[in-house]
Amino acid sequence: MVVFEKPKSLTDKEFHYCPGCPHGIIHRLVAEAIDTLGIEGIAIGVAPVGCAVMAYDYFKCDMVEAAHGRAPAMATGIKRSLPENIVFTYQGDGDLASIGMAETVHAATRNENITVIFVNNAIYGMTGGQMAPTSLPGQVTQTSPYGRDVKTAGYPIKVAELLSSLDGPAYIARVAVNNVKHVLEAKKAIQKAFENQIQGKGFSLVEVVSACPTNWGMTPQKALEWVEEKMIPYYPLGVYKDKKAEKEAE
Amino acid sequence: MGNKVLMKGNEAIAEAAIRAGCRHYFGYPITPQTEVAAYMAKRMPKIGGTFLQAESEIAAINMVYGVAGTGRRVMTSSSSPGVSLKQEGISYIAGSDLPCLIVDVQRGGPGLGGIQPSQSDYFQATKGGGHGDYHLIVLAPASVQEMADLTGLAFDLADKYRVPAMLLADGTIGQMMEPVELAEAQEVTFTEKPWAVTGTKGKREHHVVNSLYLVPEELEKKNFERYERYAAIAKNETRWESFMMEDAEYCVVAFGIASRVSKNAVVAARKEGIKVGLIRPITLWPFPKQVLADAVEQVKGFLCVELSMGQMIEDVKLATGGKREVALCNRTGGMIMSPEEVLESIRKLAGGDK
Repeated sequence: MVVFEKPKSLTDKEFHYCPGCPHGIIHRLVAEAIDTLGIEGIAIGVAPVGCAVMAYDYFKCDMVEAAHGRAPAMATGIKRSLPENIVFTYQGDGDLASIGMAETVHAATRNENITVIFVNNAIYGMTGGQMAPTSLPGQVTQTSPYGRDVKTAGYPIKVAELLSSLDGPAYIARVAVNNVKHVLEAKKAIQKAFENQIQGKGFSLVEVVSACPTNWGMTPQKALEWVEEKMIPYYPLGVYKDKKAEKEAE
Repeated sequence: MGNKVLMKGNEAIAEAAIRAGCRHYFGYPITPQTEVAAYMAKRMPKIGGTFLQAESEIAAINMVYGVAGTGRRVMTSSSSPGVSLKQEGISYIAGSDLPCLIVDVQRGGPGLGGIQPSQSDYFQATKGGGHGDYHLIVLAPASVQEMADLTGLAFDLADKYRVPAMLLADGTIGQMMEPVELAEAQEVTFTEKPWAVTGTKGKREHHVVNSLYLVPEELEKKNFERYERYAAIAKNETRWESFMMEDAEYCVVAFGIASRVSKNAVVAARKEGIKVGLIRPITLWPFPKQVLADAVEQVKGFLCVELSMGQMIEDVKLATGGKREVALCNRTGGMIMSPEEVLESIRKLAGGDK
């Protein structure tokens, strides 16, 4: 009996991610949702610039590679051209919350019928560990060597809270992947973000609080503890917006 | 062909694009091309197309990138400062070998510049514009009729060669009204392109639209392949108009609105006995090098007439190999030369020669 196998919508290409990096888990959750919903044949993914830049090699569905931060704009074009297809972006914090903030906010406020997977690991991983818009106050990075000083570098951006203040988006949730319970919750949220698109509900974003052992300078185990102790208190998990649920409650 | 109608240049672009089968337009407001967006905003919802006012020029061009990846006809339009913002996306589209149309209704620069007509985006349009090894097919209309005709041609060439095309117009032709005969509307057919992302349907390997090649040998190969296509474009698609060149001893070179002013000056100079003609590049890239190189044997000198500090003149000098004088008659910053100013430059070039 097979108890564990690779999702069908992932290719056989080996991930290039660092040991202990949760991108592998998050890719898997996205692929599981695609498999469960049977949408591999109509899915089109948009890879970002950042650590997941080569995601187009890992997903078996059609893929495009966007410019840094522009994934929601590119996804908008694809979805407007092919409304029957399922379009998702997979973006990091520098991509989505810094250089691509305008594209993110406006795709959300248009309630563009796309699914956005947003990986928040509080650092720029691909370029070697610079301060991200989501780096925590006091967090030491290559470009905040004395710790993020909020007086000069400002405060972290809480994307889920920010976007849920808009009338547009259908679904905004924040999940984590630092333990089994959280991974199972993340799986549900990601699947819902795809189901929403199938049902035509609109912009659905799942912020995944993740870790970067390499650039945080921690062992994978220690990094997961840091997620629990430092990240989650600053970035509380939960569903921030759910238009259908709001409607039902009325 | 249908009947003649009176249209603004910018509107002619929009209607011609729709008739060429374009059903996706993304833009951001900027003078002097706003009529394109306004026309699209009215028409697209009525014909099942997309009009979307993007949050920025950057977003607009990346929406174009998305649609282009699906293999459908798509366009954006802007004016100089907005086209600068689009350059990142244009480079990605070129690097991904996708067709699309970008319209630049030029205004004076640099910086915020002004809102009056200009041709000072020539370098940006013809030499790449963004980063990396690439070209656009650049078409330069000189009338409202050509705004329409070259829009249709731009889509066809972009599709044929998988190269983004640019219509390089200027504020004068964008804003002026002339009678125009529009092409019959093409049926919108969605034949699946062998490279487009449309969903695998479980029937083929996945397609990837991408400009990233981390292995330098692969990237070099890609660029060589692209330049082979550029060579084919240069061979097959170079277009120009020759005006009174049969017996010309002097040659004016001008495109767009400057060519119309220059034609008046050429006719006036002929009346004074100066044998002068005009070569008007219609494709700025590929540049009509050969016709200018051939003209070297025939004429004693060239005169470039441009609404810039002299940009196309560099290509004219390259094409003519330093064998003849190449003079410049130019205005910039939104100013347009009068036919008299061009005539005076022709007289000077001819040096009293009759």
